[in-house]
Amino acid sequence: MTPARAGILLAAPALCVIAVFFFIPVAIALALSVTDFDIYALADIANLRFVGLRNYIDLLSTPLFWQALGNTLYFASVGVPLSIGASLGAALLLNSRLAWARGFFRTALFAPVVTTLVAVAIIWRYLLHTRYGLINYGLSRLGFAPVDWLGDPHIAMPAIILFTVWKSFGYNMVIFLAALQGIPETLNEAASLDGAGAWARFRHVTLPMLGPTLLLVSILTIAGFFQLFAEPYVMTQGGPAQSTVSVLYFMYEMGFKWWNLGTASAVAFVLFLMMFAVTLVQMAVARKVAPP
Amino acid sequence: MMQRALGGLGILCAACISAGCGASDTRSVLHFWAMGREGEVVQELLPEFERLHPGIHVEVEQLPWSEAHQKLLTAVAGDSTPDLCQLGNSWIPEFVALKALAPLQQRIAASATITPADYFSGIWDSNVADAAIYGVPWYVDTRLLFYRTDLIAEAGFTAPPTSWGEWLRVLSAIKERAYGERYGILLPLNEYDPLIALALQQSQPMLRDNGTHGNFASAEFERTFGFYVDMFRKRYAPSVRESEISNVWTEFGRGYFAFYISGPWNIGEFRRRLPAALDGKWMTAPLPGPDGPGASIAGGSSLAVFRGSKHLDAAWQLIEFLSQPAVQQRFHALTGDLPPRRSSWDAPEIAADAFSRAFRDQLERVKPRPKVAEWERIATEMQLMTERVVRGDLTVHDGAVELDARTDAILAKRRQLLSEGAVL
Repeated sequence: MTPARAGILLAAPALCVIAVFFFIPVAIALALSVTDFDIYALADIANLRFVGLRNYIDLLSTPLFWQALGNTLYFASVGVPLSIGASLGAALLLNSRLAWARGFFRTALFAPVVTTLVAVAIIWRYLLHTRYGLINYGLSRLGFAPVDWLGDPHIAMPAIILFTVWKSFGYNMVIFLAALQGIPETLNEAASLDGAGAWARFRHVTLPMLGPTLLLVSILTIAGFFQLFAEPYVMTQGGPAQSTVSVLYFMYEMGFKWWNLGTASAVAFVLFLMMFAVTLVQMAVARKVAPP
Repeated sequence: MMQRALGGLGILCAACISAGCGASDTRSVLHFWAMGREGEVVQELLPEFERLHPGIHVEVEQLPWSEAHQKLLTAVAGDSTPDLCQLGNSWIPEFVALKALAPLQQRIAASATITPADYFSGIWDSNVADAAIYGVPWYVDTRLLFYRTDLIAEAGFTAPPTSWGEWLRVLSAIKERAYGERYGILLPLNEYDPLIALALQQSQPMLRDNGTHGNFASAEFERTFGFYVDMFRKRYAPSVRESEISNVWTEFGRGYFAFYISGPWNIGEFRRRLPAALDGKWMTAPLPGPDGPGASIAGGSSLAVFRGSKHLDAAWQLIEFLSQPAVQQRFHALTGDLPPRRSSWDAPEIAADAFSRAFRDQLERVKPRPKVAEWERIATEMQLMTERVVRGDLTVHDGAVELDARTDAILAKRRQLLSEGAVL
């Protein structure tokens, strides 16, 4: 047996599993996306038609799809920097020599990540309640008028972003914390001796050393934020006035609520292409910024 | 030796188990899917059925309402349907389009227990598709007014409104007297049923040409739509979604609103949850119509048999059993669900209940929703369009026209299949 053959044999079980659970479903989904599979096709497969790229073309003329896309981009472009900023800020605070009760805060800030999303979303719904919510109560004590957090189409998305950032920043914080602890103290000391202040040390020592971690975290966070679904599903059901419908939520409704699996598969592929493109851009930027 | 002994023991055990199973398995097993509270309570009625039919054992599987539709569709797709199930009657057109249900008209014609004339006609009609009948109504659901008698008395009215004109007068009087946070009516922006109920009061249907086109730009629907939207514009109704009302019962008790359009399940809920101080201060009333008492939605659940069932006779026997007025009366006592047969309403506990009286009256004037598989999606578009018009993005007329365009797009495949001669 040649080494190449042995290698293929060894990898075969894993390849089989990947083929059965990944490539075949993806191929079927791709095939579905060029048909008009719906409940009529479910009743009688003779009602299934090949429609070529019509699902994709129709999608481009569906206002709700564009709105969902806009909502998702808005959510990601505001939410990702906020989330990464919050994670980095929290990690820096926890890593600073001045921090006390570090173990407690590390656990407390990480806690939202491991709680059940549905349960905390319901609690946040109470917090954000227009008339009885704690947040509006606090605002009223400061002299602000009550905000209709989940009922105003312009404010519902910021409310969802606030919730998502709170729920997710702890995860990246732990990754940043590990990376920060990996930066040799000697580098900072050397910079101090050269007369660098706190900001200069952060800008020229910490940040470059965090480069690879930052890239990883931003790819993971963007991928996660593009998959916005459960938050609007639990908190607003896509409303008010569809201002919190995300691409994934739109796909879910098309596929599992209205059973238009053809259209839903097309949405899935569009989302995949978008995320693929965003990741390519990120990689290119990362290569430019930090040449190896 | 030891191994052989163990092996022998194993065989013995297996024999015991299979014998045990065999003894109880001479009866044919009927799989019955039922939802929520009904699925729980129906099990109390089954011992009697099994006593009367010793050859049948009923296995009830309880589905939560939120999962039921999805689970039933998956069962149809995967060919693993039960023998019979509880089916919301608005889902019937969809499962008929899926060719999943067994037609029942011949069994009904031959039945001594089930007499169609005894059923409220709108409710019965919701089970009919192209002269075939696909379900037998089990309990009914319709939407009408729950209202605070004390609040409308304060506004100077002694009786609930019966027409839209009177209704507007009451709402306007409540608004004039409202100090602080009080509205005339609660119409959650994420619900479509109240608008559908009012639209069914018109003689023009919401879909035309055998359910292939929207008919929302008709003068009659526009009138309904305008009336509905006006309730928000005049601030009779707050522009809120249900998730923004933390608790409907508490708010009703506090007098945040005086009218609420809801269904029979809320009789029990309001009784349980409203404080004792509100006893005698709330009541139900039939839905006001454009000119005098109007129609409402023929909702509720039916019992339907799946085409793939191997126990069609046994399934039908269970439906007949559950349709007997005496059994329906017991079911009402257990659940509070309102029976679909007029004779079941003769029982003194139901007939004497003041809160149910308006439902008894309303049930004589109920109409089924348009019978197309795509209806729920169209209804969702109605709700979204209402939200947009209430927020002022569109006028009532433009909203109705846009609604027609969206409905026509949703019905495209149905139109195509019908034009090719398909029977849906």
